Amino acid sequence: MDIVVRNFTKKYGAQKAVDNVSFDVKTGEVLGFLGPNGAGKTTTMKAITCFLAPNEGDIQVGGMSIKDNPDEIKRNIGYLPENNPLYNDMPVIDYLYFVASLHRIPKEVIKDKILEMVNLCGLEGEKHKKISELSKGYKQRVGLAQALIHDPKVLVLDEPTAGLDPNQIMEIRDLIRKIGREKTVILSSHILAEVEATCDRILIINKGKIVADGSSGQLRKQAQGREILKVTIEGGDVNTVFKALQELNNTELVDFVSKSDGQFEVQSKPDTSSRRDVFQLCVDKGWYLTELTPTETKLEDVFRELTMN
Amino acid sequence: MKKIWIIARRELNSYFDSLLAYVVIILFLGFTGFFTWLFGSDVFFRKEASLEVFFNISFWTLLFFIPAITMRLIAEENSSGTLELILTKPVNEWQLVTGKFISTMLLIAIALGLTLPYYFTIWGLGPVDHGAVWSGYLGLLLMSAAYAAIGIFASSLTKNQIVAFLIALIISIFFHLLFSLLSLNLKGWSGNLLNFLSVRTHYDSVTRGVIDSKDLIYFISLTFLGLFASELVITKRNVTEN
Repeated sequence: MDIVVRNFTKKYGAQKAVDNVSFDVKTGEVLGFLGPNGAGKTTTMKAITCFLAPNEGDIQVGGMSIKDNPDEIKRNIGYLPENNPLYNDMPVIDYLYFVASLHRIPKEVIKDKILEMVNLCGLEGEKHKKISELSKGYKQRVGLAQALIHDPKVLVLDEPTAGLDPNQIMEIRDLIRKIGREKTVILSSHILAEVEATCDRILIINKGKIVADGSSGQLRKQAQGREILKVTIEGGDVNTVFKALQELNNTELVDFVSKSDGQFEVQSKPDTSSRRDVFQLCVDKGWYLTELTPTETKLEDVFRELTMN
Repeated sequence: MKKIWIIARRELNSYFDSLLAYVVIILFLGFTGFFTWLFGSDVFFRKEASLEVFFNISFWTLLFFIPAITMRLIAEENSSGTLELILTKPVNEWQLVTGKFISTMLLIAIALGLTLPYYFTIWGLGPVDHGAVWSGYLGLLLMSAAYAAIGIFASSLTKNQIVAFLIALIISIFFHLLFSLLSLNLKGWSGNLLNFLSVRTHYDSVTRGVIDSKDLIYFISLTFLGLFASELVITKRNVTEN
């Protein structure tokens, strides 16, 4: 099921939480939603799951508008809300049964479905405990189990790994990647590495507006623009090497990183690469090329640049 | 319809899991039993095989008990965020509200059902006017429905259960007592209107054994008004929520 968001605006009082946002998510795509606190991520997710109605614009899930067919859409969405609210007074099994029956899962398969979720989310030892007795990580797993139990076509996860330990985070990421192959997934997170590891596409939103859209590679490239290489060359005089590097066709700027070790930073002209030239240069001159690393702009830098002003 | 029942069943379980149901039932039976059998103008004092005392006490007890059992219904979901959880399942506001209403009515029906032994005991003591007993129970149930709907409405207004309790109690007291008191001081149409709005007027008329469509319409519309208002408040989150 595709998700189509068109000119979605949501106001709280006079303040626009989300301002004229449009984007699409295709089936089988895992979309990461990034943004500082209060950027409008959660609001957008609440609107997609039919909890909040847009002030302007429309959202369609699988061709159905959230205004006209909320019930049909809700049947196809698995949602893990922010802060993972749960009915704390219920035992895990009863709670999953409750959710499953609201989704009209037939009685004959409910038990199997619950067991499947318990296994998938690693709740085996906790299934008879009351939810209020569980630790945060296990609650999070219950939240995921209830979102997945009806095998939804669309999955909306608001900070799915909050409160989990590193092992659990890895498990959940694997799970999301696995699920993401056949479902449409939207997830929000503060952890950039997580989004980079799990998502096919990243959407950065700031002050209610989309400021970047693309795969993590594209975003980096967009922010970076030109290639920067870290080069270490031994076997020659540093100043000669420096000069030789400067005279290469595509280099724009060469800088010393460490004069004693013969380490340089080589910046190429826009849309060109100097990697081959550097190698060829060393071959020609008989120098030893001991390091050639393209420095990547980190997603953190992209994020900061886009959301700090 | 099935979803309303699923929600009602969960709420009823949660009443019993939280012990609230037991506390309410025991207090209700204790209160009504004490005044029916032991104290004041009880059955033995009046030397009359009638449940009038019981109905009178229940009439007042329920006024306080119903807000106490409805106060958490939506206020708690509001404060813990589970409202978002349940409303993003294939459930709409109306199903949620009516499911909760039905669970409250079931709890009240259980409490009232447990007073049936009073009826059978008094029946054993002397000739009972059976019609008056059943219409008395009907009157209590109709009144409870109206107050439960008011209580759910109050609960939908706030995140704080105590505030919900007080709002429900204040609204209910108007219907229970104040409208009829005010109507005594007013003549003409305003007096009649207030008298018509008073629960007492219709409750008395039902318990007299005369089941008039006017009284039924009154209680049913009050109930639905409360439920519609709750639905409206929950839907209105779109405008006010921060």
